[in-house]
Amino acid sequence: MRRASPTLLLLTFALFLLLPTACGGSASGSGAKLSLVAYSTPREAYGKIVPAFEKTADGKGIGFDESYGASGEQARSVLAGLGADIVAFSLEPDMTKLVDAKLVDKSWNQNAYHGMVTDSVVVFVVRPGNPKHIRTWDDLLKPGVDVITPNPFTSGGARWNVMASYGAWLKEGSTPAQAVTKLEQLFKNVSVQNKSAREALQTFTSGKGDVMLAYENEAYFAKQSKQPIDYVTPKTTILIENPVAATSDSANPKAAKAFLDFLYTPAAQRIYAENGYRPVVKSVAAEFAKTFPNDATTFTIDSLGGWAKVMTQFFDPEKGTMADIERSVGGSTG
Amino acid sequence: MTRKLALRTFALGYLAAILVGPLVLVFYRAFEHGFGEAWSAVTTPPALHAFELTLLITAIAVPANTIFGVLCALAVVRHPFRGKGLLNAVVDLPMALSPVVVGLSLFLLYGRTGWFGSWFLARGIQILFALPSMILATVFVSLPFVVREVVPVLREIGTDQEQAAATLGASRLQTFFRITLPALRWAIAYGVVLTTARSLGEYGAVSVVSGRVAGKTATATLFVEDRYQSFDIVGAYAASVVLALMAVSVLLAMNLLRRKEDAL
Amino acid sequence: MRAPSALILGTVLTYLSIIVALPLAALVWRSGGRGAAGFWSSVSSPEALSALELTLVVSLVVALVNAVSGTIIAWVLVRDDFRGRSVVNALIDLPFALPTIVAGLTLLALYGPRSPVGINVAYTRAAIVLAILFVTLPFVVRTVQPVLLELDRELEQAAASLGATRWQTFTRVVFPNLLPGILSGVALAFARAVGEFGSVVLITGNLPFKTEVSSVYIFGQLESGNTSGAAAASVVLLGISFGVLLLIGAVRRWTTRHDA
Repeated sequence: MRRASPTLLLLTFALFLLLPTACGGSASGSGAKLSLVAYSTPREAYGKIVPAFEKTADGKGIGFDESYGASGEQARSVLAGLGADIVAFSLEPDMTKLVDAKLVDKSWNQNAYHGMVTDSVVVFVVRPGNPKHIRTWDDLLKPGVDVITPNPFTSGGARWNVMASYGAWLKEGSTPAQAVTKLEQLFKNVSVQNKSAREALQTFTSGKGDVMLAYENEAYFAKQSKQPIDYVTPKTTILIENPVAATSDSANPKAAKAFLDFLYTPAAQRIYAENGYRPVVKSVAAEFAKTFPNDATTFTIDSLGGWAKVMTQFFDPEKGTMADIERSVGGSTG
Repeated sequence: MTRKLALRTFALGYLAAILVGPLVLVFYRAFEHGFGEAWSAVTTPPALHAFELTLLITAIAVPANTIFGVLCALAVVRHPFRGKGLLNAVVDLPMALSPVVVGLSLFLLYGRTGWFGSWFLARGIQILFALPSMILATVFVSLPFVVREVVPVLREIGTDQEQAAATLGASRLQTFFRITLPALRWAIAYGVVLTTARSLGEYGAVSVVSGRVAGKTATATLFVEDRYQSFDIVGAYAASVVLALMAVSVLLAMNLLRRKEDAL
Repeated sequence: MRAPSALILGTVLTYLSIIVALPLAALVWRSGGRGAAGFWSSVSSPEALSALELTLVVSLVVALVNAVSGTIIAWVLVRDDFRGRSVVNALIDLPFALPTIVAGLTLLALYGPRSPVGINVAYTRAAIVLAILFVTLPFVVRTVQPVLLELDRELEQAAASLGATRWQTFTRVVFPNLLPGILSGVALAFARAVGEFGSVVLITGNLPFKTEVSSVYIFGQLESGNTSGAAAASVVLLGISFGVLLLIGAVRRWTTRHDA
């Protein structure tokens, strides 16, 4: 009497699974290994920058480990011990977390560019042809306009969106109180708050919403990937600045610094630009004037008090302005 | 006989709406541009590495949880003890945690500032952002299945045969391997199938503890996410198809063996 | 006779401690990071409570729907025979094998704005139920199937020969035997529903106070740097699941005690 014993089944199964386990790690060069931990959107850019760096004299023989994910999550991972030599985030507060934990030196932003390696702006992503003619921040407040923006408590991108709208209204003449009222009106028109900027993009491309607030480089990437979208740069918008730094406990500080310096060279800045990021180096920015029209008035987060102040004032989960707005917009659990 | 038809219609209709529809879409999107494109999408080095990693983790998590599952079922059904209900609930608990929280709790234990983190890091042992934590997370979320499959059947079959074997002079170990285990084999097999499927498809908790190091700690599910976010629809769905086929093949193997045995 | 039991129990408890209990302990510990007052304010905030209510209602609905549909599907797979039955049987486990994001994406494609069948429930509460129904499909089916397979048909035949109607046979003979299996599956489905994140997060609008479930709320707390608050909310969720699981376990033991 043959019995297919489960033990035998398990063993054969396990053996079958263990066959292709040659998980060859890339043993590159004899040189150092650098670990780059970045937020999700510049992945394509770094995919080209890293090989370009490896071709330079400073970069010869240096191997790279790269990790991409949501900015906040990446910061948390580094705090929990994810080895990193260079960290790149989408907004400064994520870098500040590392500075506070002494993983990044306080002097990270003392260079000519204040530690920011790329810029972008907040734009309106719309359907091809912009059928609802959404051009200004006030257009977002019109009844029947379906707005998509990520949740400001889970997404760094959403925080840029919120401050862009608030700041734009301030610059266009509203008082702070009026701007907050408008912000509330805006969120009344928000029908979906995805947890991340990339997911918001997926929601929009799946057919939901009339307009989405996003980074210009996200919109650029979507368009390059042949997604059926268009984007409009509002007249007044915030200048998004993305920080990058070397960690203080890097095992290869010289190589890390070399890579960091490389990011500010025209070669690297051009690669950023080709991937939708506004270069910070002026000469390269001039080369790409057509891709990044400069007719919009941009303001920075500093003009609104800086991230430290803004995070407490707007994004404190209990007392922040956005918390109040979410509460009043949500109202009773209908 | 119309009752039978009604039940069948309901079951198949429900499955069509909830399960088959999405599955058809996955296959459609994967092969929309031809089999060749789908094939090349899942045979790139990052894809292959991701599948290897997933299989490796599954190959460790499944046997571990199977052995645990049988032992736990035995403990619960055959050797009642105080706090049995508590144990049962704890076993099912991993399902109730959202993956974010699973990741958080592992961070709290093995992170740089965690309970055991510094101990491991000082000895150069990487738990987080490496294979060990990914295995821990996968074992965690797929824990209950074998237990849950085996417990009702163990109860159902009762102790008669085991007692008979004992009176005939069999040792406990002999009884276990010759009487109990064979009687449980299909429950165990079902449990193994479920555990395997769950391990293959685990995404949330593993994504948090993996550190997302490209080419190193990306499992198949993370690969799917990565492809989707890069607007590589074919790649994302093709990889999903592979995952689905892996899960189905385990079940089909089990069904085949069962049919062979029934035919004897 | 004691030693093997002790060994088994010891192994089981050690394994459980390392895999489950320790991480949970760390979680509970962290949830007290801001003291009892901090714990309470985190979990009683309007948004937290709203998310919790939505989560529990949805999980309950999912559990009930699964109890009925899962049993029927298991019944059809075991007792019925039709062309393609083994294929259908093989498909049942797929919701597990597919990454949750794929589940969310395909459901979005099928029942969202660009639905080929004209059904658009995306970004509503119905969508949450739909996503979780997909993800929890295998649970009840797979816990009931083995029991059905083991079930002695003679019992039913005996009942029939004694004059019982099919319905009576089902409710008095079959169903009580199935109930523990159903309850197991329901408990698992409920627990999974409570914690589900990946598939839900894509298909719902995540609008706070409207379509935001607890797992997303917790994620938000984490992102805002409120780790203790996130841990606190998780502990509450866990506590509720734990309570429900204990309850179902007790009910199951009660029904089994009524057996031979």
